[in-house]
Amino acid sequence: MPHLRLRSWRLLVAGSAVLLGLTGCGDSGSAGTQQNSPPESTAGGVTGEITVFAAASLTEAFTEIETAFEEANPGADVQFNFAGSSTLAQQINQGAPVDAFASASPKQMQAVVDAGNGAGEGTVFVENTLQIVVPAGNPARVTGLADFGKQELAIALCAEQVPCGAAALQALLSAGVTPAPDTLEQDVKAVLTKVMLNEADAGLVYRTDVLAAGSGVEGIDFPEAAQAVNEYPIVALAGAPNVQGARAFVDYVLSDEGRAVLAKHGFGTDFG
Amino acid sequence: MLPALAGLAFLVVPLAGLIVEAPWGTLVERLADPAVLGALRLSLVTASTATVLCLVLGVPLAWLLARSELPGLRAMRALVTVPLVLPPVVGGVALLLVLGRNGLIGQYLEAWFGFSLPFTTAGVIVAEAFVAMPFLVIAVDGALRGADRRYEEAAATLGASRWLTFRRVTLPLVAPGIAAGAVLCWARALGEFGATITFAGNFPGETQTMPLAVYLALETDPDAAIVLSLVLFAVSVVVLASLRDKWISPNAG
Repeated sequence: MPHLRLRSWRLLVAGSAVLLGLTGCGDSGSAGTQQNSPPESTAGGVTGEITVFAAASLTEAFTEIETAFEEANPGADVQFNFAGSSTLAQQINQGAPVDAFASASPKQMQAVVDAGNGAGEGTVFVENTLQIVVPAGNPARVTGLADFGKQELAIALCAEQVPCGAAALQALLSAGVTPAPDTLEQDVKAVLTKVMLNEADAGLVYRTDVLAAGSGVEGIDFPEAAQAVNEYPIVALAGAPNVQGARAFVDYVLSDEGRAVLAKHGFGTDFG
Repeated sequence: MLPALAGLAFLVVPLAGLIVEAPWGTLVERLADPAVLGALRLSLVTASTATVLCLVLGVPLAWLLARSELPGLRAMRALVTVPLVLPPVVGGVALLLVLGRNGLIGQYLEAWFGFSLPFTTAGVIVAEAFVAMPFLVIAVDGALRGADRRYEEAAATLGASRWLTFRRVTLPLVAPGIAAGAVLCWARALGEFGATITFAGNFPGETQTMPLAVYLALETDPDAAIVLSLVLFAVSVVVLASLRDKWISPNAG
Protein backbone atom coordinates (compact mmCIF):
# COMPACT_ATOMS: atom_id res chain seq x y z
CA MET A 1 0.00 0.00 0.00
CA PRO A 2 2.68 2.61 0.81
CA HIS A 3 4.38 2.25 -2.57
CA LEU A 4 1.01 2.49 -4.20
CA ARG A 5 0.24 5.68 -2.37
CA LEU A 6 3.52 7.19 -3.41
CA ARG A 7 2.91 6.35 -6.99
CA SER A 8 -0.51 7.94 -6.97
CA TRP A 9 1.04 11.21 -5.83
CA ARG A 10 3.54 11.11 -8.63
CA LEU A 11 0.75 10.31 -11.00
CA LEU A 12 -1.15 13.32 -9.89
CA VAL A 13 1.76 15.55 -10.67
CA ALA A 14 2.13 13.98 -14.07
CA GLY A 15 -1.60 14.06 -14.57
CA SER A 16 -1.85 17.75 -14.01
CA ALA A 17 0.80 18.29 -16.65
CA VAL A 18 -1.25 16.27 -19.11
CA LEU A 19 -4.46 17.97 -18.13
CA LEU A 20 -5.26 19.10 -21.61
CA GLY A 21 -2.89 16.70 -23.23
CA LEU A 22 -3.12 13.81 -25.57
CA THR A 23 -5.45 15.76 -27.71
CA GLY A 24 -7.24 15.08 -30.88
CA CYS A 25 -6.84 11.37 -31.36
CA GLY A 26 -9.32 9.57 -33.52
CA ASP A 27 -9.07 12.36 -36.05
CA SER A 28 -6.40 10.66 -38.05
CA GLY A 29 -5.28 11.35 -41.52
CA SER A 30 -5.74 15.08 -41.89
CA ALA A 31 -2.06 15.88 -41.62
CA GLY A 32 1.27 14.20 -41.68
CA THR A 33 0.38 11.22 -43.75
CA GLN A 34 3.56 11.22 -45.72
CA GLN A 35 6.45 9.08 -44.61
CA ASN A 36 10.03 10.20 -44.76
CA SER A 37 12.62 7.49 -44.98
CA PRO A 38 14.85 7.64 -41.93
CA PRO A 39 18.05 9.54 -42.60
CA GLU A 40 21.32 7.66 -42.55
CA SER A 41 23.24 9.89 -40.21
CA THR A 42 22.36 12.46 -37.63
CA ALA A 43 25.67 12.62 -35.83
CA GLY A 44 27.91 15.57 -36.16
CA GLY A 45 28.16 19.21 -35.64
CA VAL A 46 24.75 20.47 -34.57
CA THR A 47 25.16 23.05 -31.85
CA GLY A 48 23.20 25.43 -29.71
CA GLU A 49 19.90 25.29 -27.96
CA ILE A 50 17.07 23.38 -29.64
CA THR A 51 13.61 24.11 -28.30
CA VAL A 52 11.10 21.32 -28.83
CA PHE A 53 7.40 21.52 -27.99
CA ALA A 54 6.10 17.99 -27.51
CA ALA A 55 2.89 16.29 -26.43
CA ALA A 56 2.90 15.36 -22.75
CA SER A 57 2.55 11.66 -23.55
CA LEU A 58 6.01 11.79 -25.14
CA THR A 59 7.69 12.93 -21.91
CA GLU A 60 9.47 9.69 -20.98
CA ALA A 61 10.42 8.68 -24.53
CA PHE A 62 11.66 12.11 -25.64
CA THR A 63 13.67 12.63 -22.47
CA GLU A 64 15.51 9.42 -23.30
CA ILE A 65 15.97 10.50 -26.91
CA GLU A 66 17.39 13.82 -25.69
CA THR A 67 20.16 12.03 -23.82
CA ALA A 68 21.16 10.02 -26.89
CA PHE A 69 20.89 13.02 -29.21
CA GLU A 70 23.06 15.20 -27.03
CA GLU A 71 25.62 12.40 -26.80
CA ALA A 72 25.77 12.30 -30.59
CA ASN A 73 25.84 16.11 -30.79
CA PRO A 74 27.91 17.31 -27.85
CA GLY A 75 27.41 20.96 -28.74
CA ALA A 76 23.62 20.75 -28.72
CA ASP A 77 21.25 21.37 -25.83
CA VAL A 78 17.66 20.20 -26.27
CA GLN A 79 15.00 22.00 -24.23
CA PHE A 80 11.49 20.51 -23.99
CA ASN A 81 8.15 21.99 -23.25
CA PHE A 82 5.75 19.10 -22.61
CA ALA A 83 2.06 19.95 -22.54
CA GLY A 84 -1.23 19.20 -24.23
CA SER A 85 -0.89 19.36 -27.99
CA SER A 86 -3.63 21.96 -28.45
CA THR A 87 -2.00 24.26 -25.90
CA LEU A 88 1.35 23.86 -27.65
CA ALA A 89 -0.16 24.48 -31.09
CA GLN A 90 -1.75 27.68 -29.81
CA GLN A 91 1.53 28.88 -28.30
CA ILE A 92 3.39 28.18 -31.55
CA ASN A 93 0.76 30.00 -33.61
CA GLN A 94 1.04 32.96 -31.27
CA GLY A 95 4.72 33.24 -32.11
CA ALA A 96 6.62 31.27 -29.50
CA PRO A 97 10.26 30.83 -30.65
CA VAL A 98 10.25 27.07 -31.13
CA ASP A 99 12.39 24.79 -33.32
CA ALA A 100 10.29 21.65 -33.56
CA PHE A 101 6.80 20.45 -32.67
CA ALA A 102 5.69 16.89 -31.93
CA SER A 103 1.92 16.59 -31.67
CA ALA A 104 -0.21 13.80 -30.21
CA SER A 105 -2.67 14.18 -33.03
CA PRO A 106 -2.77 15.26 -36.68
CA LYS A 107 -5.45 17.84 -35.82
CA GLN A 108 -3.14 20.09 -33.82
CA MET A 109 -0.33 19.61 -36.34
CA GLN A 110 -2.72 20.73 -39.08
CA ALA A 111 -3.48 23.89 -37.10
CA VAL A 112 0.23 24.76 -37.04
CA VAL A 113 0.82 23.86 -40.69
CA ASP A 114 -2.29 25.76 -41.82
CA ALA A 115 -1.03 28.85 -40.03
CA GLY A 116 2.12 28.65 -42.15
CA ASN A 117 4.34 27.84 -39.18
CA GLY A 118 5.59 24.43 -40.29
CA ALA A 119 8.72 23.98 -42.40
CA GLY A 120 6.82 21.49 -44.52
CA GLU A 121 4.01 19.14 -43.54
CA GLY A 122 4.19 17.04 -40.42
CA THR A 123 5.56 13.52 -40.60
CA VAL A 124 3.91 10.76 -38.59
CA PHE A 125 6.62 9.15 -36.48
CA VAL A 126 4.68 6.92 -34.08
CA GLU A 127 1.19 5.77 -33.28
CA ASN A 128 -0.44 5.03 -29.97
CA THR A 129 -3.20 2.50 -29.43
CA LEU A 130 -5.70 1.95 -26.66
CA GLN A 131 -5.32 -0.82 -24.18
CA ILE A 132 -7.60 -2.13 -21.44
CA VAL A 133 -6.05 -1.32 -18.09
CA VAL A 134 -6.92 -3.28 -14.94
CA PRO A 135 -5.52 -3.22 -11.40
CA ALA A 136 -2.61 -5.59 -10.75
CA GLY A 137 -3.95 -9.13 -10.51
CA ASN A 138 -7.08 -8.22 -12.48
CA PRO A 139 -9.47 -8.77 -9.52
CA ALA A 140 -12.62 -8.44 -11.64
CA ARG A 141 -11.28 -10.89 -14.26
CA VAL A 142 -11.75 -8.53 -17.18
CA THR A 143 -10.96 -10.19 -20.50
CA GLY A 144 -12.13 -7.85 -23.23
CA LEU A 145 -14.24 -4.92 -24.32
CA ALA A 146 -17.46 -6.87 -23.64
CA ASP A 147 -16.80 -6.39 -19.91
CA PHE A 148 -17.21 -2.63 -20.37
CA GLY A 149 -20.94 -3.16 -20.85
CA LYS A 150 -21.40 -4.85 -17.45
CA GLN A 151 -23.24 -2.73 -14.91
CA GLU A 152 -21.75 -4.59 -11.94
CA LEU A 153 -18.18 -3.60 -12.81
CA ALA A 154 -16.71 -0.20 -11.92
CA ILE A 155 -15.63 1.20 -15.30
CA ALA A 156 -13.57 4.35 -15.82
CA LEU A 157 -13.38 5.99 -19.25
CA CYS A 158 -12.17 9.37 -20.48
CA ALA A 159 -14.95 11.87 -21.06
CA GLU A 160 -16.14 12.00 -24.64
CA GLN A 161 -14.97 15.62 -24.87
CA VAL A 162 -11.32 14.68 -24.47
CA PRO A 163 -9.51 12.73 -27.21
CA CYS A 164 -8.91 9.52 -25.26
CA GLY A 165 -12.65 9.37 -24.55
CA ALA A 166 -13.55 9.86 -28.18
CA ALA A 167 -11.11 7.09 -29.12
CA ALA A 168 -12.49 4.79 -26.40
CA LEU A 169 -16.04 5.32 -27.60
CA GLN A 170 -14.99 4.63 -31.17
CA ALA A 171 -13.36 1.36 -30.14
CA LEU A 172 -16.34 0.29 -28.01
CA LEU A 173 -18.84 1.10 -30.76
CA SER A 174 -16.87 -0.82 -33.35
CA ALA A 175 -16.93 -3.76 -30.94
CA GLY A 176 -20.70 -3.42 -30.62
CA VAL A 177 -20.45 -2.74 -26.88
CA THR A 178 -22.68 -0.19 -25.14
CA PRO A 179 -20.40 0.96 -22.34
CA ALA A 180 -21.67 1.26 -18.75
CA PRO A 181 -19.07 3.64 -17.30
CA ASP A 182 -19.21 4.75 -13.67
CA THR A 183 -17.06 7.79 -14.30
CA LEU A 184 -15.94 9.85 -17.28
CA GLU A 185 -12.57 11.27 -16.33
CA GLN A 186 -11.04 14.52 -17.51
CA ASP A 187 -7.88 12.92 -18.87
CA VAL A 188 -6.16 9.64 -19.43
CA LYS A 189 -4.01 9.90 -16.30
CA ALA A 190 -7.11 10.29 -14.13
CA VAL A 191 -8.49 7.02 -15.52
CA LEU A 192 -5.18 5.39 -14.73
CA THR A 193 -5.26 6.71 -11.14
CA LYS A 194 -8.72 5.27 -10.52
CA VAL A 195 -7.61 1.87 -11.80
CA MET A 196 -4.29 1.96 -9.97
CA LEU A 197 -6.08 2.65 -6.68
CA ASN A 198 -8.40 -0.27 -7.49
CA GLU A 199 -11.44 1.99 -7.41
CA ALA A 200 -12.22 1.05 -10.98
CA ASP A 201 -12.15 -2.55 -12.24
CA ALA A 202 -11.15 -1.52 -15.74
CA GLY A 203 -10.42 1.49 -17.90
CA LEU A 204 -9.35 2.32 -21.44
CA VAL A 205 -6.06 4.22 -21.76
CA TYR A 206 -3.13 4.34 -24.16
CA ARG A 207 -0.65 1.53 -24.24
CA THR A 208 2.17 3.96 -23.37
CA ASP A 209 0.35 5.04 -20.21
CA VAL A 210 0.04 1.44 -19.05
CA LEU A 211 3.77 0.94 -19.57
CA ALA A 212 4.64 4.17 -17.77
CA ALA A 213 2.40 3.25 -14.81
CA GLY A 214 4.54 0.24 -13.95
CA SER A 215 3.55 -2.73 -11.83
CA GLY A 216 0.41 -1.30 -10.20
CA VAL A 217 -1.65 -2.05 -13.29
CA GLU A 218 -1.87 -4.57 -16.10
CA GLY A 219 -2.64 -3.94 -19.75
CA ILE A 220 -4.86 -6.17 -21.89
CA ASP A 221 -4.80 -5.95 -25.67
CA PHE A 222 -8.01 -6.11 -27.64
CA PRO A 223 -8.51 -6.47 -31.39
CA GLU A 224 -10.80 -3.43 -31.78
CA ALA A 225 -7.93 -1.12 -30.74
CA ALA A 226 -6.97 -1.04 -34.41
CA GLN A 227 -10.15 1.00 -35.06
CA ALA A 228 -8.95 3.91 -32.93
CA VAL A 229 -5.27 4.44 -33.65
CA ASN A 230 -3.78 7.77 -32.69
CA GLU A 231 -1.05 9.15 -34.98
CA TYR A 232 1.74 11.45 -33.76
CA PRO A 233 3.27 13.81 -36.36
CA ILE A 234 6.46 15.86 -35.91
CA VAL A 235 7.66 18.89 -37.85
CA ALA A 236 10.53 21.40 -37.89
CA LEU A 237 9.08 24.89 -37.65
CA ALA A 238 9.37 27.66 -40.22
CA GLY A 239 10.38 30.22 -37.61
CA ALA A 240 12.96 27.99 -35.95
CA PRO A 241 15.71 30.05 -34.29
CA ASN A 242 18.00 27.03 -34.74
CA VAL A 243 17.20 25.73 -38.25
CA GLN A 244 19.91 23.06 -38.38
CA GLY A 245 19.23 21.93 -34.87
CA ALA A 246 15.52 21.59 -35.60
CA ARG A 247 16.22 19.51 -38.71
CA ALA A 248 18.71 17.30 -36.89
CA PHE A 249 16.37 16.62 -33.97
CA VAL A 250 13.42 15.75 -36.21
CA ASP A 251 15.68 13.49 -38.26
CA TYR A 252 16.92 11.80 -35.11
CA VAL A 253 13.36 11.10 -33.91
CA LEU A 254 12.60 9.59 -37.33
CA SER A 255 15.81 7.55 -37.38
CA ASP A 256 16.04 3.88 -36.40
CA GLU A 257 17.64 4.83 -33.09
CA GLY A 258 14.85 7.27 -32.27
CA ARG A 259 12.15 4.82 -33.23
CA ALA A 260 13.73 2.09 -31.13
CA VAL A 261 13.46 4.31 -28.04
CA LEU A 262 9.85 5.19 -28.83
CA ALA A 263 8.98 1.52 -29.38
CA LYS A 264 10.49 0.69 -26.01
CA HIS A 265 8.04 3.10 -24.40
CA GLY A 266 5.07 1.40 -26.04
CA PHE A 267 4.58 3.49 -29.15
CA GLY A 268 3.79 1.75 -32.40
CA THR A 269 6.42 2.27 -35.09
CA ASP A 270 5.35 -0.42 -37.59
CA PHE A 271 2.92 1.34 -39.87
CA GLY A 272 2.50 3.04 -43.21
CA MET B 1 -3.31 54.60 -6.15
CA LEU B 2 -2.19 53.03 -9.41
CA PRO B 3 -1.40 49.60 -7.94
CA ALA B 4 -4.76 49.68 -6.18
CA LEU B 5 -6.60 50.34 -9.42
CA ALA B 6 -4.53 47.69 -11.18
CA GLY B 7 -5.50 45.27 -8.42
CA LEU B 8 -9.16 46.11 -8.83
CA ALA B 9 -8.97 45.72 -12.60
CA PHE B 10 -7.18 42.40 -12.19
CA LEU B 11 -10.08 41.05 -10.15
CA VAL B 12 -12.91 42.59 -12.11
CA VAL B 13 -11.83 42.42 -15.75
CA PRO B 14 -11.87 38.60 -16.10
CA LEU B 15 -15.40 38.48 -14.71
CA ALA B 16 -16.47 41.31 -17.00
CA GLY B 17 -14.94 39.34 -19.86
CA LEU B 18 -17.18 36.42 -18.97
CA ILE B 19 -20.20 38.67 -19.39
CA VAL B 20 -18.95 40.28 -22.59
CA GLU B 21 -18.07 36.96 -24.21
CA ALA B 22 -21.28 35.22 -23.21
CA PRO B 23 -23.39 33.95 -26.12
CA TRP B 24 -26.39 36.02 -25.09
CA GLY B 25 -28.35 35.12 -28.22
CA THR B 26 -28.51 31.44 -27.39
CA LEU B 27 -28.36 31.82 -23.62
CA VAL B 28 -31.93 30.78 -22.85
CA GLU B 29 -31.93 27.66 -24.98
CA ARG B 30 -28.52 26.63 -23.64
CA LEU B 31 -29.74 27.07 -20.08
CA ALA B 32 -32.76 24.91 -20.86
CA ASP B 33 -30.49 22.09 -22.03
CA PRO B 34 -31.33 19.05 -19.86
CA ALA B 35 -27.61 18.40 -19.33
CA VAL B 36 -27.13 21.90 -17.90
CA LEU B 37 -30.24 21.63 -15.74
CA GLY B 38 -29.14 18.20 -14.54
CA ALA B 39 -25.73 19.49 -13.50
CA LEU B 40 -27.29 22.52 -11.82
CA ARG B 41 -29.82 20.41 -9.93
CA LEU B 42 -27.11 17.99 -8.79
CA SER B 43 -24.93 20.90 -7.69
CA LEU B 44 -27.70 22.50 -5.64
CA VAL B 45 -28.72 19.20 -4.03
CA THR B 46 -25.20 18.10 -3.16
CA ALA B 47 -24.05 21.52 -1.93
CA SER B 48 -27.14 21.85 0.28
CA THR B 49 -26.82 18.32 1.67
CA ALA B 50 -23.12 18.87 2.30
CA THR B 51 -23.96 22.08 4.16
CA VAL B 52 -26.47 20.25 6.38
CA LEU B 53 -23.83 17.62 7.08
CA CYS B 54 -21.34 20.38 7.93
CA LEU B 55 -23.86 22.03 10.28
CA VAL B 56 -24.57 18.75 12.08
CA LEU B 57 -20.88 17.98 12.56
CA GLY B 58 -19.32 21.42 12.38
CA VAL B 59 -21.32 23.39 14.95
CA PRO B 60 -20.56 20.93 17.79
CA LEU B 61 -16.93 20.91 16.68
CA ALA B 62 -16.80 24.71 16.71
CA TRP B 63 -18.39 24.67 20.18
CA LEU B 64 -15.72 22.24 21.36
CA LEU B 65 -12.96 24.46 19.97
CA ALA B 66 -14.41 27.65 21.44
CA ARG B 67 -15.72 26.49 24.79
CA SER B 68 -13.87 23.45 26.06
CA GLU B 69 -10.55 23.45 27.81
CA LEU B 70 -9.17 20.26 26.39
CA PRO B 71 -5.41 19.98 26.00
CA GLY B 72 -4.16 20.36 22.44
CA LEU B 73 -6.96 22.68 21.46
CA ARG B 74 -4.65 24.94 19.47
CA ALA B 75 -3.34 21.98 17.51
CA MET B 76 -6.91 20.82 16.95
CA ARG B 77 -7.90 24.22 15.61
CA ALA B 78 -4.93 24.15 13.25
CA LEU B 79 -5.88 20.67 12.03
CA VAL B 80 -9.44 21.77 11.32
CA THR B 81 -8.17 24.45 8.95
CA VAL B 82 -5.94 22.07 6.97
CA PRO B 83 -8.60 21.24 4.34
CA LEU B 84 -8.95 24.99 3.89
CA VAL B 85 -5.42 25.41 2.59
CA LEU B 86 -4.96 21.94 1.12
CA PRO B 87 -5.22 21.77 -2.68
CA PRO B 88 -8.63 20.15 -3.13
CA VAL B 89 -7.25 17.51 -5.46
CA VAL B 90 -4.97 16.36 -2.62
CA GLY B 91 -8.04 16.19 -0.40
CA GLY B 92 -9.65 14.01 -3.05
CA VAL B 93 -6.70 11.63 -3.06
CA ALA B 94 -6.74 11.49 0.74
CA LEU B 95 -10.45 10.67 0.68
CA LEU B 96 -9.84 7.93 -1.89
CA LEU B 97 -7.11 6.38 0.23
CA VAL B 98 -9.34 6.34 3.32
CA LEU B 99 -12.90 6.01 2.02
CA GLY B 100 -12.28 4.43 -1.38
CA ARG B 101 -13.27 0.85 -2.15
CA ASN B 102 -9.81 -0.25 -1.03
CA GLY B 103 -9.28 2.51 1.50
CA LEU B 104 -8.43 2.16 5.17
CA ILE B 105 -12.09 2.53 6.17
CA GLY B 106 -13.73 2.15 2.78
CA GLN B 107 -12.78 -1.52 2.48
CA TYR B 108 -14.98 -2.29 5.51
CA LEU B 109 -17.86 -0.28 4.08
CA GLU B 110 -17.50 -2.42 0.99
CA ALA B 111 -17.11 -5.72 2.88
CA TRP B 112 -19.84 -5.19 5.48
CA PHE B 113 -22.44 -3.14 3.66
CA GLY B 114 -21.50 -3.68 0.01
CA PHE B 115 -21.34 0.08 -0.28
CA SER B 116 -18.62 2.14 -1.89
CA LEU B 117 -18.54 5.94 -2.01
CA PRO B 118 -16.52 6.72 -5.17
CA PHE B 119 -18.65 7.29 -8.30
CA THR B 120 -21.79 7.99 -6.23
CA THR B 121 -23.70 11.16 -5.37
CA ALA B 122 -22.96 10.41 -1.71
CA GLY B 123 -19.28 10.55 -2.62
CA VAL B 124 -19.77 14.04 -4.08
CA ILE B 125 -21.40 15.16 -0.82
CA VAL B 126 -18.53 13.73 1.22
CA ALA B 127 -15.94 15.48 -0.96
CA GLU B 128 -17.78 18.80 -0.79
CA ALA B 129 -18.31 18.56 2.97
CA PHE B 130 -14.63 17.75 3.51
CA VAL B 131 -13.52 20.86 1.66
CA ALA B 132 -16.26 23.19 2.89
CA MET B 133 -16.60 22.33 6.59
CA PRO B 134 -13.62 24.42 7.78
CA PHE B 135 -15.40 27.56 6.52
CA LEU B 136 -18.33 26.81 8.79
CA VAL B 137 -16.25 25.74 11.77
CA ILE B 138 -14.07 28.85 11.63
CA ALA B 139 -17.06 31.18 11.30
CA VAL B 140 -18.95 29.56 14.18
CA ASP B 141 -15.83 29.27 16.32
CA GLY B 142 -15.20 32.99 15.84
CA ALA B 143 -18.80 33.88 16.68
CA LEU B 144 -18.74 31.71 19.79
CA ARG B 145 -15.53 33.22 21.05
CA GLY B 146 -16.85 36.70 20.37
CA ALA B 147 -20.13 36.05 22.17
CA ASP B 148 -20.68 37.30 25.69
CA ARG B 149 -20.35 34.32 28.00
CA ARG B 150 -22.16 36.04 30.85
CA TYR B 151 -25.53 35.13 29.31
CA GLU B 152 -24.58 31.46 29.45
CA GLU B 153 -23.33 31.84 33.00
CA ALA B 154 -26.55 33.57 33.98
CA ALA B 155 -28.56 30.72 32.45
CA ALA B 156 -26.45 28.22 34.36
CA THR B 157 -26.94 30.00 37.69
CA LEU B 158 -30.68 29.94 37.02
CA GLY B 159 -30.49 26.17 36.87
CA ALA B 160 -30.50 25.54 33.13
CA SER B 161 -28.74 22.37 32.04
CA ARG B 162 -25.79 22.55 29.67
CA TRP B 163 -27.87 21.34 26.75
CA LEU B 164 -30.69 23.79 27.54
CA THR B 165 -28.19 26.65 27.78
CA PHE B 166 -26.64 25.68 24.48
CA ARG B 167 -30.00 25.37 22.77
CA ARG B 168 -31.78 28.41 24.21
CA VAL B 169 -28.93 30.85 24.87
CA THR B 170 -25.75 30.02 22.95
CA LEU B 171 -27.31 29.05 19.62
CA PRO B 172 -29.51 32.15 19.27
CA LEU B 173 -26.55 34.27 20.30
CA VAL B 174 -24.33 32.96 17.51
CA ALA B 175 -27.06 32.36 14.95
CA PRO B 176 -25.78 35.10 12.61
CA GLY B 177 -22.33 33.56 12.73
CA ILE B 178 -23.75 30.14 11.95
CA ALA B 179 -25.77 31.57 9.07
CA ALA B 180 -22.74 33.33 7.62
CA GLY B 181 -20.65 30.18 8.04
CA ALA B 182 -23.34 28.07 6.39
CA VAL B 183 -23.57 30.39 3.39
CA LEU B 184 -19.79 30.41 2.93
CA CYS B 185 -19.74 26.65 3.36
CA TRP B 186 -22.51 26.23 0.80
CA ALA B 187 -20.78 28.51 -1.71
CA ARG B 188 -17.53 26.61 -1.31
CA ALA B 189 -19.31 23.28 -1.73
CA LEU B 190 -21.07 24.57 -4.84
CA GLY B 191 -17.76 25.53 -6.45
CA GLU B 192 -15.92 22.37 -5.43
CA PHE B 193 -14.00 20.78 -8.32
CA GLY B 194 -10.73 19.05 -7.42
CA ALA B 195 -11.80 16.82 -4.55
CA THR B 196 -15.05 15.92 -6.30
CA ILE B 197 -13.56 14.82 -9.60
CA THR B 198 -10.73 12.98 -7.82
CA PHE B 199 -12.85 11.19 -5.24
CA ALA B 200 -16.29 10.87 -6.81
CA GLY B 201 -15.43 10.92 -10.50
CA ASN B 202 -17.54 12.50 -13.20
CA PHE B 203 -20.78 11.06 -14.53
CA PRO B 204 -23.77 13.10 -15.75
CA GLY B 205 -26.70 13.00 -13.33
CA GLU B 206 -24.70 11.09 -10.75
CA THR B 207 -21.51 12.96 -9.92
CA GLN B 208 -21.12 15.65 -12.60
CA THR B 209 -21.65 18.94 -10.77
CA MET B 210 -21.56 22.37 -12.45
CA PRO B 211 -17.80 22.99 -12.08
CA LEU B 212 -17.04 19.59 -13.61
CA ALA B 213 -19.44 20.31 -16.45
CA VAL B 214 -17.73 23.68 -17.03
CA TYR B 215 -14.32 22.06 -17.24
CA LEU B 216 -15.35 19.37 -19.72
CA ALA B 217 -17.47 21.72 -21.81
CA LEU B 218 -14.37 23.87 -22.27
CA GLU B 219 -12.70 21.04 -24.20
CA THR B 220 -15.20 21.07 -27.03
CA ASP B 221 -17.79 23.83 -26.57
CA PRO B 222 -16.38 27.02 -24.99
CA ASP B 223 -19.74 28.80 -25.34
CA ALA B 224 -21.42 26.15 -23.21
CA ALA B 225 -18.64 26.54 -20.65
CA ILE B 226 -19.23 30.29 -20.56
CA VAL B 227 -22.95 29.82 -20.00
CA LEU B 228 -22.33 27.37 -17.17
CA SER B 229 -19.75 29.73 -15.68
CA LEU B 230 -22.25 32.59 -15.84
CA VAL B 231 -24.74 30.56 -13.83
CA LEU B 232 -22.15 29.84 -11.14
CA PHE B 233 -21.10 33.49 -11.23
CA ALA B 234 -24.69 34.64 -10.74
CA VAL B 235 -25.10 32.27 -7.81
CA SER B 236 -21.91 33.64 -6.25
CA VAL B 237 -23.14 37.21 -6.58
CA VAL B 238 -26.45 36.33 -4.94
CA VAL B 239 -24.61 34.56 -2.11
CA LEU B 240 -22.30 37.50 -1.61
CA ALA B 241 -25.21 39.96 -1.58
CA SER B 242 -27.07 37.88 0.99
CA LEU B 243 -23.93 37.60 3.07
CA ARG B 244 -22.82 41.22 3.07
CA ASP B 245 -24.36 42.43 6.31
CA LYS B 246 -23.75 39.28 8.28
CA TRP B 247 -20.21 38.79 7.23
CA ILE B 248 -18.94 42.26 7.96
CA SER B 249 -20.26 42.29 11.52
CA PRO B 250 -20.92 38.73 12.67
CA ASN B 251 -22.57 39.81 15.91
CA ALA B 252 -24.75 42.52 14.51
CA GLY B 253 -27.68 40.27 13.62
